[in-house]
Amino acid sequence: MPDAAFDIAHLLAGSLVLVSFMLIYQGRIHALLNVFALQALLLALAVAWQAHMRGAHHLYASAAIALVFKAMIVPWALHRMVRVLGIHREVETVVGVVPTMLAGMALVALSILLMLQLTRGAGNPLSREDLAFALSVILLGMLMMVTRRNAVSQIVGFMSLENGLILAAAGAQGMPFVVEISVAFSVLIAMIVIGVFLFRIRERFDTVDTGAIEQFRGEKRA
Amino acid sequence: MELIRDLALQAAQMVLFLALAPGLVGLVRKVKARLNRRRGAPVIQPYRDLARLMRKEVVLADNASWLFRVSPYLIFAATWVAAALVPSFATGLHFSWTADLIAIVALLASARFFLALAGMDAGTAFGGIGASREMMIGALAEPAMLLTVFSVALVAGTTQLSDVVAFMASGGVGIRVSLGMALVALLIVALAENARIPVDNPATHLELTMVHEAMVLEYSGRHLAMIELAAAMKLMLYIALVGCVFLPWGIAPAGAGAGALMTGLVLFLAKLAAGGVLLGLFETSIAKMRVFRVPDFLGAALMLGLLGTLLLFVSRSL
Repeated sequence: MPDAAFDIAHLLAGSLVLVSFMLIYQGRIHALLNVFALQALLLALAVAWQAHMRGAHHLYASAAIALVFKAMIVPWALHRMVRVLGIHREVETVVGVVPTMLAGMALVALSILLMLQLTRGAGNPLSREDLAFALSVILLGMLMMVTRRNAVSQIVGFMSLENGLILAAAGAQGMPFVVEISVAFSVLIAMIVIGVFLFRIRERFDTVDTGAIEQFRGEKRA
Repeated sequence: MELIRDLALQAAQMVLFLALAPGLVGLVRKVKARLNRRRGAPVIQPYRDLARLMRKEVVLADNASWLFRVSPYLIFAATWVAAALVPSFATGLHFSWTADLIAIVALLASARFFLALAGMDAGTAFGGIGASREMMIGALAEPAMLLTVFSVALVAGTTQLSDVVAFMASGGVGIRVSLGMALVALLIVALAENARIPVDNPATHLELTMVHEAMVLEYSGRHLAMIELAAAMKLMLYIALVGCVFLPWGIAPAGAGAGALMTGLVLFLAKLAAGGVLLGLFETSIAKMRVFRVPDFLGAALMLGLLGTLLLFVSRSL
């Protein structure tokens, strides 16, 4: 089983998880967006490698979509948004980096244990591994959305969660192409809608810190 | 005859560490000086410093206990023994049956323990602050180091350093993302353990930044020489460790002939020089971190080690 093809797939999927941690670790918003672009690039490589290994040509299209939309258009749009909105260059977190990382490690361990148990007996080791890593990426994306106060970095969390979904889909023998296209476009639409919302939020509250909105709704105790 | 040869090789390894460690420190200083467009002290300056310190009189604080006097020798001995266990030019040396990675970590940890105790013994504020910072760094660096050890041991199937190196050199490893993570984690730990720049500055006596220098501030004469030599050997040990585990090319296998040993020795010297130059380059290109950011930096190493171990568990349990 330990052949080079499997090792490369392992390398790419493992790097995706690692980059998810880099997203959590990163303290500056422009660097955060660059790391996000790197994650999308790695995702494209991982999916393309799956396509090559299995001879599944429709997966090349998924890789291309990931490359164009998520590694180029989305980071570019977010960079522009950060500039136009004039957001602080530093990412504001709810809790410190180290506790977040530890929570992230626990989530990765949880998803690996869970997925390996659930898929026991399902033949293809590569799919099982991809599912475990994909669940880790999804959970880490959620963790990032929870622990960030700035709306832009919450978007990055959401997008990286979606990267995990694509990895899972590519691992599970690929999803139908129509679904793939529609997911990609709906993410793009979501991105546009969120962008419009960001501008509206800033107009009304003079900030994109979601803490301020909570205070406005009377949810914050302070 | 076999025994004599083994003992001679082991002795050569120990003498090599003792003889080259100050030169390595001199090389790093020289590289840093040249990069700052200074001429810098010659590479052999640390040897002269050590010789001078050995001749100088020891000044002891009035309230220093026996611990303060024995600590330099304990630190030196523990570090030297640890250095003797890391394969530099050949594997399968005479002591290699004790060369367990966890034992090496433990030896270095006990050296750190005595250094911190000695730092606090004289009762000055500097020693105390240095000791407490050193223990904070140690509390984070040691788990990271152990996790690195675990991921390497999971790949090689043993914690016996000599066997690990033999396995790595055999080329049956393949592409492992975990080993890459372990390498980065080990490099971060090495920087922190050797008090190099992003964590501590080895060239300063500025009170706000120093960790290691603060602990040894009260030492003088031959005691200081012992501690400096131990610190230099520790740096060389880490470079040798990175070299033998992650770049094991050319290292002589157990029972090799004189030719293979010579090749191993030359390549080891090349690795050491490359490590020294790279360290100087890295230290020049980066700024010292605030002490309170050090946990984040070492936390990254801890996280990398843990992630590497987890990934290995995944690929093994499939």
